[in-house]
Parts: sequence; structure tokens; C-alpha cells
Amino acid sequence: MNKKPRSLIRIIIPVVLTLVTIALIVWPMLAGGQYVVLDPKGPVGASQRDLIVISTILCAVVIVPVLILSAVIVWRYRDKPDNKSAYEPNWSHSTKAEAIWWTVPIIIIGLLAVVTIRYTYDLEPSKPLASEKAPVTIQVSSLDWKWLFMYPEQGIATVNTLNIPADRPVKFELTADSPMNSFWIPQLGGQIYTMSGMAMTLYLQADHEGQYWGSGANFTGEHFAQMRFDVNATSEEDFDKWVTEVKQQSQPLTQETYKTLAEPGTSNVAYYSSFPEGLFQDIVTKYVIDGQSAHSKHGEASGAKEITTQDVDKSAN
Amino acid sequence: MLERLKEFASEFFVTGDPLIYGADVAIGITMITIVAVLTYFKKWGWLWRNWLTTVDHKKIGIMYIIASIIMLFRGGVDALMMRLQLAMPNMDFLHPEHYNQVFTTHGTIMILFMAMPFMFGLFNVIVPLQIGARDVAFPFLNALSFWLFFLGAMLFNLSFVIGGSPDAGWLSYPPLSELSHSPGVGQNFYIWGIQISGIGSLATGINFLVTIIKMRAPGMKWMKMPMFTWSVFSTCIIILFAFPILTVTLALLFLDRFAGAHFFTLDLGGNPMMYINLIWMWGHPEVYIVVLPAFGVFSEIVSTFSKKKLFGYKSMVFAMLIISFLSFFTWAHHFFTMGSGADVNAFFAVTTMLIAIPTGVKIFNWLFTMFRGRIRMDTPMLWTLAFIPCFIVGGMTGVMLSVAPADFQFHNSYFLIAHFHQVLIGGVVFGYFAGLYYWWPKMFGFQLPEKLGKWAFWTWNIGFYVCFMPQYAVGLMGMTRRLSTYGWDTGWWELNFVSTIGAFLMGVGFLFQVAQIADGIRKYKTLKASGDPWGGRTLEWSIPSPAPEYNFAITPRGDDIDEWWEEKERRAKGIYPPEQPLEPIHMPKNSAIPFIMSICWFVAGFGFVFGWLWMAILGLAGVGICMIARSFSYDTDYYIPVDEIKRTEASLRGSV
Ligand code: HEM
Ligand SMILES: [Cu+2]
Ligand SMILES: [Cu+2]
Repeated sequence: MNKKPRSLIRIIIPVVLTLVTIALIVWPMLAGGQYVVLDPKGPVGASQRDLIVISTILCAVVIVPVLILSAVIVWRYRDKPDNKSAYEPNWSHSTKAEAIWWTVPIIIIGLLAVVTIRYTYDLEPSKPLASEKAPVTIQVSSLDWKWLFMYPEQGIATVNTLNIPADRPVKFELTADSPMNSFWIPQLGGQIYTMSGMAMTLYLQADHEGQYWGSGANFTGEHFAQMRFDVNATSEEDFDKWVTEVKQQSQPLTQETYKTLAEPGTSNVAYYSSFPEGLFQDIVTKYVIDGQSAHSKHGEASGAKEITTQDVDKSAN
Repeated sequence: MLERLKEFASEFFVTGDPLIYGADVAIGITMITIVAVLTYFKKWGWLWRNWLTTVDHKKIGIMYIIASIIMLFRGGVDALMMRLQLAMPNMDFLHPEHYNQVFTTHGTIMILFMAMPFMFGLFNVIVPLQIGARDVAFPFLNALSFWLFFLGAMLFNLSFVIGGSPDAGWLSYPPLSELSHSPGVGQNFYIWGIQISGIGSLATGINFLVTIIKMRAPGMKWMKMPMFTWSVFSTCIIILFAFPILTVTLALLFLDRFAGAHFFTLDLGGNPMMYINLIWMWGHPEVYIVVLPAFGVFSEIVSTFSKKKLFGYKSMVFAMLIISFLSFFTWAHHFFTMGSGADVNAFFAVTTMLIAIPTGVKIFNWLFTMFRGRIRMDTPMLWTLAFIPCFIVGGMTGVMLSVAPADFQFHNSYFLIAHFHQVLIGGVVFGYFAGLYYWWPKMFGFQLPEKLGKWAFWTWNIGFYVCFMPQYAVGLMGMTRRLSTYGWDTGWWELNFVSTIGAFLMGVGFLFQVAQIADGIRKYKTLKASGDPWGGRTLEWSIPSPAPEYNFAITPRGDDIDEWWEEKERRAKGIYPPEQPLEPIHMPKNSAIPFIMSICWFVAGFGFVFGWLWMAILGLAGVGICMIARSFSYDTDYYIPVDEIKRTEASLRGSV
């Protein structure tokens, strides 16, 4: 072995560079923000977190050994005059070896597929959550560039802020009066699209009181970045108190105020003591012609029901 | 009059942004310089005869690659601008509309005007040489494809300074891309830029399919074809099925915008969902279109630089064909969260995961090609080695995304951005770089200086991880894609700041590459390459570098997968092939029609963009005239006489 000082430098430089790179990557991962997706506060988010963990482990089982194997192979068979490892330039086939690396991925993907299919049915967003308590319904409309939340049972509405009772399922009905957006409260569970002409259903629940945040996840143009909102999960009593306060202290949302609200533009947080009857259905059916929604078929399986004019008649209570 | 002119100009030219004025000046200066240099050195004739009218597949390939690298620069500057805007919360570098234009053009340019032409460039330069052919099946069409791509790309790029850029995302979902939400001309530029170049892409797909089916050297059975050629073949099959979908989709979108149709608008019964389905039926296969040829490149390089036969040839072929088939059954994974129901989601989740199986097999085969080999670390091999871990990790996060209920949390977040850049940069860009370095001597006859290349390699790679690893993390923190700004309260800034550092490191890597090429050109006399500088295995290494116009003086045979390697072994044993007499070689003549016809398309496209029907009709008429002119040109080929072949061979071989 020849140990010239040059070769020492050639080792130090890559080592330092690697360390700096790793430090650069790791430091910001530890500093600052909170891993909301991995820190769920409700049953849906928790299942999704579990699934993320399971799938990561299943994948890692294959890729970590492969990464190590690659490093070993590259090191061992590098072209050095004094490399004594075997060299077989014509060895290019081995049925046994190939059978192994066809089967291993097939098994892993098979396992993952089974897990995925189970969770896909379990976590179908329109499936009600198991709970003794009846769900609260909240109607969500994404507008350009704000969120309108209507609470049909309470008769109030809010913009860019959402209050829910903790420890009770929430049934979100979602639509859009704008290009489609996506409704996402990471700590409660994954997102779902809001689309005009269609009402989607998403059940979520906050297990604990607390403040979480949500956002619009699908690009809708200029001020799409402003579509963040706070989610306040409070006790049942506080929720009722809050509803009463809103009822007493704010103005009603009228057809006219809605029209202004729906125009493109950003908005501050706002509260409304009431909202026009059937407004949500009006938004959904804005483009419905002859009782036919444009989203023919594709939403039906999810229970994201297509609202036809008939439904509107029924639900306009 | 003057007032009206002023008003027109203020709409026609993009105004009001210092960045754009800067670009205007830069473009102006570049144009003037190019014209001045060409005139001063009296190179107009040379340019016309050797490049603008050429039908030589090697030159066309080189032009594709040059254009693609320029577009990499443009798309890269876009990327850096975005990263700069995101480096800190509430940065006021780009306004939201401008940011939206930038990510739209970045995505579109990178996929359609950088990755695609780079790929076509490699097809053109290498496939005929690898299969022992003198040309592609339709050389005229090949030139036309290039010029259509080029002028389509130029039309798209023009939107930046004239009329305004599109800003509805690289897939342009309605209604954002409809007249109601994008009343300007930007979206028209998008439609016509892609449409014009798309015709070229489809034609190239057909051209290479036929070339590979029909023009292989005698003896080259299907299962003797080099792996890169196989990858091109599977890619062209996807192109053949995917690009017509794109053409139709964009045509319908254009009819919505231009003719008041309602295919994708909700009012009057249109359906935006249909657009989303259609665009992804093209869009998902498209990512396999760009990555499969990279797999082919890696296969060639791994076996050459390990001095060993490719392991598991049949598996590799089979895996590639399965991937091209499966790529058409995954598109709905782009909208798992759109309420399609558990049945549909489960189906598309599983079909998506299935692709990981053949891909995994390919990785194992590459590893076992190196196993018991002798691995040399020249730059093409370095990029290949860097690809392996990068693609393994990117593939893994892809599988994680395909787990439908988990995707509810990943979708539209930076986790996704990190994933697709990892496979697109780690797979596609690294792959094409590897291919470029590998075949550079074959294209230009000299080798690139390795030292700067290694600097480029390391800065690119370190930059890559520093840029994209934090994005997985910030995605799990809830940061969504396409955000032009965010607040301090989000806790995202550290990750974004580091990510931006990484992006700029990649930019430095690119500069090293430019320096490397410049240095190589400066010293090209001392860097002269032999016909076979790497100890190659396939037929392209059996001829001089750069390849003569007619490629092979004598049609080679292709009896073995590594024909040239076997030939070298035979020669080492003293077995030489029997001398064959030279014969005159039949070649296609240059033609100006592809260039002129594409310019007519450009004019027509420009007319459609601004709704100037007269101009569109003028352009289309020009296209028609070109077609007629072509159908009446009978004198389209010639023979290279034996003397000239002898002279060329002697002078080229002299330097071997
Ligand atoms: C060279 C380093 C690169 C950097 C730093 C970079 C950075 C970015 C950034 C910051 C975004 C926007 C994310 C957002 O606002 O949501 C983006 C989007 C995108 N990039 Fe890159 N990128 C790079 C290379 C590439 C390459 C090589 C490709 C393709 C071959 C590519 C394809 C895309 C696409 C398709 C999008 C999506 C655009 C959209 O959302 O409409 N990028 N990139
Ligand atoms: Cu829908
Ligand atoms: Cu896809």
C-alpha cells in the first residue's frame, strides 16, 4: 500500500463534504416546524399515519439491503490493478438468482397491495366513523380564494375559520364555487377535492381539543396561497357557546353578501349569524341542467352523492 | 394611430416587470450577436447547408440535444427563481401571478422541451448506429419532426416576452385553463407550442418504431438487439398510444377557448373531469416515455464500464415491455382523492405498485452486471452509479404514494414534489447526462475533459440531495405545492432555505458542465477520440468517431448482443471477417422543406394564439404548399461513390 499524503486529502475532502451535506439535510429537519402528518389528532389521520409507517417499513425491508448491496458491489469490484475479487466477464445469467429477485418484489408488493386494499375500503372518506355520538354536519365550499363553512344544524356560517366539537365525528359535505380545490386538515386526516357541480363527503374527527390548521391543497390561481384556515376543536359546551355568540354578534349571510364573497379575492376571517336556505345545494347545482350533473358516474361509488334537482327539493327543508 | 399602436404594444409585449425587461435585453443582445457572428464569419451558407436543411440523423440528434440543453437552462432559471421566492417566508421576489407562470413554464419546459428532445437526440444519434443502419426509416420526416419540435418550443417560449405566459400549471386543468379564468393569450401559447411539437413527437415515435423493426443489420434478431435500442422500441410504443390522446385533448381545449365549445366547462354541460382523465392518460405514460430510454442508457453503460455482459438480458427486455404496458393502467392515481370510490382506488393503487416489480428487477440486474466485473469510474459510469440509489429511494417514495389512502396525505404536498423530482432528475436527467457523456466522443470525435466533469457530478449530486430531501420533510409538515408564499408561523422556512441552497448548487453543477464542454472544445485537438474510446460492446463503437455521413462503409452483421465486443475477441484470436468490396451508398438528399414547413406551422400557431385568422390561414396555406412541393420533388436521393467512401474511411481511420 502506498500512503502518500495526497491520498489522505482525497479521503478527507469527501468525508467532510458528506458530513456537511448530511448536516445540511438533517438540521432543518430537526429545527422548526411540526410534522403534522405524522402527528395525527384524530382516528382518520391516525390510520393514515399507521399506513404510512407500515408501507415505509415494508418498502425499507427491500431497499435498505439493496442500497447496502450496491455500495458493497461497487466497492468490491472497482477496477484497481490489485483487486483480487473474481472477474467473470461472461457470467450473464442465473435462473436461480433471477427467480429470487422476481419473487421478492412480488411478495412485498403483494403484501403491500393487501394492506392497501384493506385500508382503502376502511378509509373510504364517505364512510361514517364509528362513534356513539351523531356526527355534526358542516358544508364546505371553496371559493376564490377563501373557504366558506356553513353549519346547517346550527344555522351559522364562517369564512376562513372552522369550529368543531372535539371527540365527535364531523361530516363534511364539500363543493366548490371556483376551480376545484382540495380540503386538507393534515392532523385530522387526508385531503379531498372540492369540485363544483358535485358534493363530496368526508368524515373526520378530532380526538382532542386544540387548534389545528387546514389549507387548500389544489392550485386555484393567483391567491391560492391565502387559503389557510384555523380549525378549533373545542368541548361540546364551548362549541355551543361559540355558536350562540356567533348568532348574537354577527350579521347574516345574504344572497347578496354571498355574491360579493364568491367574487375572486381574498378575505379575512368572518362570521355570519345565518345563511340563505339551500345555499349549499344552490352552489352544487349551479351548473346542473335538467337534473343531470356533469360528474356523471365518477362520484357515485364514494357515496359522494350527485345532487340532482330532485335532491334539492327534498333537502330544501 | 400612435395611441392605438401604443395600446397594442402594451398588450402584445409583456411589460411592467424588470425581470422581463432584463430578459428582453438579453434576448435582443443574443440575437444580434448570433446574426453578427454568422455574418462576420460568413457562416450563413454553412448553417443552411449543414444544419438547417440536413436530413442526417446524427446532426438532427445533435441539434435536438443542443436545444434541449438550452431549455434545461431556461427551465433551470425558472426553478431557481421559484426556489429564491420560497427561500424565506413572505419573500416578495415574485408576485403570485408571476410565480404561477414560472412554475407552469418550468414544468412544461422541463418535461416537453427538455426531457423529450434530449431523449429524441439520443435516439437519433445512436439508434441507427447501434442497429447497423445507415439512416432512420424516414429521414425527411425525421428532419420535419425536429423542426416542428423546435418551432413549437420557440412559440411556447415566446409567451414569456410577448403576450404573457400560461399560468394554469403544466397540465392546465380547466376551468383555470379556460377562457373564463385565463382570458389572455398565455394558454393559447401553451396549447399551440405543445401541439406543434407534439406532432413532431408522434412522428418520431413512428419513425423509430419502423426503423427498429425494418432496418436492423442482417443477423440482428429481436433478442440480439442492444438494450438501448430495446428501450427506444418500448418507448416508441408508448408514444404511439399516448401522444394522440394529448393531441385530441389539447384540440378540444382549444375549441373550448377559441370556438366557444363546452367540452370541459361546467356550464352548458361540459365536464372538467373528462379533461383530467384524458390529460393523465397521456401524462402518466409520458413519465415512462422519458424514463425508459434512460434505463436503456444505463444498461449500456453498466455493462461497458464493468467490462461484463449485461446480466439477465431477457428479464430486462421483458421488464421494459411490461412497464410500457402497465403505464397505461395507472393514470387515476393522480386523483385518488377525487371521490372515485374504493373499488377504483384499490385497482389503480395496485396497478401502480405493480410497476415497481419490473423496475426492481432491472435494478438487480444492473447490480449483478457489476458483480464480478471490473468497474471503471469514468463520468458516464459515475452518473449511472449515482442514479441507482437515487432511483431506489425515489421509487420507494413512489410506491408509498401509490398506497391510495396514504396518498390522501401526500397528494399535492411537497412530498410529491420531492418524489417526482427524485425520479425525474435521478432517473431521467442523470440518465441523459450519462448518455451524453458516453456517446459524446461518438458524436463529436473528441473526449470531454474528465476533471471538470467530476466537479459537475459532485455539485449536482450534493445539490440534489440538499435540495430535495428537505422537501419530503416539509411535505410531511403540510406544505402544499404551488404555493407562492407562506408565513413564518408555519415553521417551514429552515427546510425551504436549505432546499434553495441545494437548488443553487445544482445550478453550479450545470455551470461546471458548460465549462467542461467549453474546455473540451478549446482543447479538442488533444482530446481526439478513437472509434472505440471506452472499450464498447455494441456496433456504434465499430466505426470511427465522429461517424461518417453514411455510418457504415460496409453493412455490419449483428449476430450477437455484444456484436462489437465479440468481434474484438475474434480479432484478438486472429480471426478476421472476409474482406468485402465497397459499394456506392444510397443516401437521402438535404431538404429545406422541413424547416420552411415548420416555420409555416409557427406562423399558423402564432395566428391562432392571437386569434388572427388571416395569419393562421396564411401559415396553414404555407404548410399545404410545402406538402405539395414535397410530393413533387422526385430528386430526393443520391449515391456516394466508392472513391469518396475510400477517401473518407482512409482519413477517418488514419486517426484511429
Ligand atoms: C434542476 C433542479 C430543479 C429544481 C430546483 C426544481 C424546482 C421546482 C420547483 C420549486 C417547483 C415548483 C413547486 C411548486 O411551486 O409547487 C417545480 C415544479 C415542477 N418541476 Fe421542477 N425543478 C428542477 C428540475 C426539474 C426537472 C429536471 C423536471 C422534469 C424533467 C422538473 C419538472 C417539474 C414539474 C413537472 C413541476 C410541476 C409544475 C407544476 O406544478 O405545474 N423539474 N420544480
Ligand atoms: Cu367530480
Ligand atoms: Cu402517474
